[in-house]
Amino acid sequence: MDSAGIYYRELNQRVRELIGQGYTEITLDGVNGQRYIADGLEESVSIVINGVPGNDLGAFMDGPMVTVNDNAQDCVGNTMNSGKIVIKGHAGDVLGYGMRGGKIFVRDDVGYRVGIHMKSYKGQVPIIVVGGGAGDFFGEYMAGGVLVLIGLGGEGVPAGDYVGTGMHGGTIFIRGRVPSRQLGREVRVFSLEDDDRTMLEGLLEEFASDTGADTAGVDVGEFVKFRPFSHRPYGNMYVY
Amino acid sequence: MPGDMLPSEFIVDVDHQRCRRCKRCILNCGFGVFDFQSMTTADSSKCVACHRCVVFCPEEAITITKNPLAFREHSSWEVYLRKNIWKQAQSSGMMLTGMGNDLPWLNVFDHILIDACQVTNPSIDPLREPMELRTYLGRKPDSLEIKADGDGGFDLETKLESNIKLDVPIIFSGMSYGSVSLNTHRALAVAAEKLGTVMNTGEGGLHEELYPYAGNIIVQCASGRFGVHPKYLNAGVAVEIKVGQGAKPGIGGHLPGEKIGREVSGTRMIPVGTDALSPAPHHDIYSIEDLRQLIYALKEATGYKPVSVKIATVHNVAAIASGIARAGADIIYLDGFRGGTGASPAVIRDHVGIPLEIALAVVDQRLREEGIRNWVSIIAAGGIRSSADVAKAIALGADAVGIGTAALIALGCRLCQKCYTGNCSWGIATQRPELTGRLDVDWGAERLVNLVNSWSLELKEVLGALGINAVESLRGNRERLRTLGLDATTSEILDVKPAGR
Repeated sequence: MDSAGIYYRELNQRVRELIGQGYTEITLDGVNGQRYIADGLEESVSIVINGVPGNDLGAFMDGPMVTVNDNAQDCVGNTMNSGKIVIKGHAGDVLGYGMRGGKIFVRDDVGYRVGIHMKSYKGQVPIIVVGGGAGDFFGEYMAGGVLVLIGLGGEGVPAGDYVGTGMHGGTIFIRGRVPSRQLGREVRVFSLEDDDRTMLEGLLEEFASDTGADTAGVDVGEFVKFRPFSHRPYGNMYVY
Repeated sequence: MPGDMLPSEFIVDVDHQRCRRCKRCILNCGFGVFDFQSMTTADSSKCVACHRCVVFCPEEAITITKNPLAFREHSSWEVYLRKNIWKQAQSSGMMLTGMGNDLPWLNVFDHILIDACQVTNPSIDPLREPMELRTYLGRKPDSLEIKADGDGGFDLETKLESNIKLDVPIIFSGMSYGSVSLNTHRALAVAAEKLGTVMNTGEGGLHEELYPYAGNIIVQCASGRFGVHPKYLNAGVAVEIKVGQGAKPGIGGHLPGEKIGREVSGTRMIPVGTDALSPAPHHDIYSIEDLRQLIYALKEATGYKPVSVKIATVHNVAAIASGIARAGADIIYLDGFRGGTGASPAVIRDHVGIPLEIALAVVDQRLREEGIRNWVSIIAAGGIRSSADVAKAIALGADAVGIGTAALIALGCRLCQKCYTGNCSWGIATQRPELTGRLDVDWGAERLVNLVNSWSLELKEVLGALGINAVESLRGNRERLRTLGLDATTSEILDVKPAGR
């Protein structure tokens, strides 16, 4: 449907109506900054967005597959529970905040505070893959899940400062060395194990096929793995 | 050198002539005070004065006294300060505590008096005449458009925002499953349903078993986003964004891994035994505009249910509340600096924030001045101890009040302030299965219902004495309050005249 000039509340209402009528594949053309697309949707539908969606794309989402053929703004996949968001461009700040499941793939760069307080539970392991670089506080407060930063097309370190600061769960993979001054003090560096390689290879393939990014030249061996030293970083901070 | 230089806080004495060695005290103490070696022995150093043993000793053989040990008097170096220093010199940790601020700050409620009718403007007897306590929480329209339907009747043209209907202006404040036991949550939910009011989940998600109580639940979305998913957001009558808590304004929360057992883990959706860390801010809210974004994200996800925003009462609370109202919130929940907690650094709990009474008065005033008071309902919480406090809070501008600590006291809590240890002998602030089973849900729910019903009766008596027959007429009615023993500036800020004026 043509979304040009439609206020977000009406647009999202219409998307819900279409889903209610049984549509499983919805294409939104002319999207220009409308917020909350796919917010709280629980159905297994596919939504293709042509244009730039506004903030909180896929917030609280639990199931849909969302493809953005352009850039996205802030708070993509906020507190998302399951489903998949593919962005064929750049995305803004606070992507995947508190995300508990599903996947977010961003072909190019992302902003600050991406993947913070991601958490996993049982079979639900949230995964974010970023093709380009990321701003500061990548994976801050991370409690679970997987963050992958490929750093395609850039030079130097693809991540900003405070990588994984406050981290107490989950795993971050970054291609290339990250100087220790850029790491949060809760983070330790590990070398890849066979399982990691297999997982990364699978993810890269899926990422390339979904986003169209060229990952052909990426050697999985170039990734460095970051894990927290404790899942209880503040256990000894108090006295009674 | 002695490791722990601290004398016991309390002395536990067992009268061995009365003791019949039934060992109930050993079973009942969550803190492991008692032991049995040919006779019952007590390790006073572990006692927190929660009285569980005293209540359950069939022979009344146990007495607990404050340790009378004399300390050299010093009006500046109070004993608690010396004790804190000894503990900190030993550990290098932050002093952790539970429940609300226990320092003797001025309690403004205790310096406010309520009016009554005499001779003129007759008072009302609530036992014989209808007295309305019903309260609606949520946005009210700026004006009403009414159209004649041509048939002698009228139709309301204005579309009303969805509101929460309460039969009493008292709700149960947010206390998370994790900090309190599931039976506590169950008792609150059952009582809320019976009373026609609501309980608030706190930030630990909602146990599946409580989903049938949807009509009496407000679900909370806090910075940790624990257990937050679309079904949860739609599991209540409203969603609350918890920005802050009166007992710990500006800081996050750490639910210790010891309290994350299988059930809590399932509800919070985090692994067993990991600390549940709530970041200090919501990292998607750094401004009023961001707050608006989250409010509407939640409204979109819930079909436009009311959204409440809970803040701690801090110095600039009036301006913040105005921002919250303008950001689209339907309810502002003010949590005063006496508000309770399962765990908070003592320095924050005892020294940060301002009293609820003052915050409430300035927020109500500010919203009225700006002409947006009808946009939001105000819930006042954090230090509501009696029906008198309820009446005073409503007269200062609250639409309803929230009770947390009072509800827990109804369930047996002795205010020992050790919630963070997870050893609560009353089965309230614990996840240890042998302790949680002690709190009988029906017993607890009945006591909560009794408490709120008795406060409601008292509130009706107060209204009757004021010659008012609906709680709505008390709202913001400061003319019916007077201060006693407050300085002029505080009275002026409260916009309440001193007694005699």
